[in-house]
Amino acid sequence: MVKQSEIMIEARALAYDYSGEEEPSSPALSGVNLTVHRGEYLTLIGPNGSGKTTLLKLLNALLTPSDGEVIVEGISTVDEERTPQIHKICGMIFQNPDNQLVATTVEEDIAFGLENLALPSVEIRRRVVDVAGLLGLNHLLQKPPHMLSGGEKQRVAIAGVLAMQPGCILMDEPTAMLDPAGRNDVIETVRMLNRDQGISVVHVTHFPEEAVYADRVVVLDQGRMVRQGPPAEVFNDLQLLHSLGLRGTTAVELAAMLREDGFALQPQLLHCRELVESLCSLELKS
Amino acid sequence: MSRSITMGQYLPGNSFIHLLNPRIKVLSLLLVLFLLFSIQTYTGLISLFLVVLILIAVARVPFRYFLRGLRPILYIALFALVIYFFFTRGGVVLLRVGIITVESEGVREGLFVVTRLITLVLFSLLLTLTTTPLSLTYGMGYFLKPLRYIGLPTEEVAMIMAISLRFIPTLMEESQRLMRAQIARGADFETGSIFRRAKSLVPLIVPLFVSAFRRADELALAMEARGYRLGAIRTRMYEDTIAPRDWMVLAITLALIAVTFTIGL
Repeated sequence: MVKQSEIMIEARALAYDYSGEEEPSSPALSGVNLTVHRGEYLTLIGPNGSGKTTLLKLLNALLTPSDGEVIVEGISTVDEERTPQIHKICGMIFQNPDNQLVATTVEEDIAFGLENLALPSVEIRRRVVDVAGLLGLNHLLQKPPHMLSGGEKQRVAIAGVLAMQPGCILMDEPTAMLDPAGRNDVIETVRMLNRDQGISVVHVTHFPEEAVYADRVVVLDQGRMVRQGPPAEVFNDLQLLHSLGLRGTTAVELAAMLREDGFALQPQLLHCRELVESLCSLELKS
Repeated sequence: MSRSITMGQYLPGNSFIHLLNPRIKVLSLLLVLFLLFSIQTYTGLISLFLVVLILIAVARVPFRYFLRGLRPILYIALFALVIYFFFTRGGVVLLRVGIITVESEGVREGLFVVTRLITLVLFSLLLTLTTTPLSLTYGMGYFLKPLRYIGLPTEEVAMIMAISLRFIPTLMEESQRLMRAQIARGADFETGSIFRRAKSLVPLIVPLFVSAFRRADELALAMEARGYRLGAIRTRMYEDTIAPRDWMVLAITLALIAVTFTIGL
């Protein structure tokens, strides 16, 4: 594992409001302090409208903060001259796989970002082949995007970002529109990139089962950061999660019910396997 | 259905014709069309017709695709024939039924015009059947480049065309899904007069538009996130190289024009 000391992205006293909208409701985001370290896997959870997507867009300069600042590898996102650099460092994967593929074939789509960087053709082709090999997309290179499955489309999108050699990948519910198999593929791909290439990941998700892979979980509610910590801690705070309309992993929820029924299970269970082990050890004792 | 749409008319292959540079193909087609309209004699026209038949054979595209492409102009061709046969005077009277007469000059000119039309369409089909829509766009975009100097964003227009091509199948799928959803709610797209059927499509068009705009919005964001900037310099994954075979084709085309004009075909 890559050591997580170096700071990749830093957000200080970040606030954003969608001014000009009809009702001057509460700002989408306020007073958020967040640091993403190099090689870190971070998940953002929170109810709908809690500002997750807004935060993500602020992190790669798609939006500029109303207040506070975001520093990506020493560059402020307010510096318009350097936003192309920030886009290169922080790639973004969106929820709808259909609406982020630009080109008519997979290989041209992977090349899209590189073409924008105005790299020489030879270099573009080399990187496309490399990335496709790494993500196992070789057999799809000539296909048009609409002939791919949702999971494949999302992996093509990841390949397009990866080809730009980013330091960080921001993902806005990348699996929300996928079937379980596609979801698994995408998560495995991203975890592999995080583990092997040391790429930081900021992952917005609704699925607790995906969030547990993170090094750190951040909980947002009504534009504020209400909690952050390792998954085992955050996901065992069922009181908080339930009050926000969120849930823990299946294992956590089940364990909570069993504890109510008097089972003395280990604290901070996260995965089903841990639950099973804990249950088995109970039986051995009794 | 969506499959045939994406490909446009393009049939994958790797014949000599498929491998030609799209810019050269577009240019040659323009030259051939010019030639076609300069030719005044049957000798010239039939020669050119034979040329296109040979090229079709070289491209190894099944002839039925060309027949299918010719179908839309069938009525225009018939109409032209009728007009020429019945209204052009001159030469020998071939047929006289009541007030209708057909004279040899009419037949000669009618057949000439129709053959020219068919040859023209065959040449155009040869281009569209052997070139991907995308390279076709870039090929044509190349010749529009001078318009940049009078302020037209030609690169951006090429990008718009490419994106449209990319999204046609997606929107087709979506419209089919919407249609099924409406049918499930009792909508009827199949029966009634043509106006009735057209009217029944309205509930389809509104959601389709709404979703197209939403898609456009998200796509613009995704493109920005991937470093696309208006007016910025971009490179291409595949450089557009002009090979010796391209020069050869261009030379042959020009030679044809030269021959036609010198011996006055």
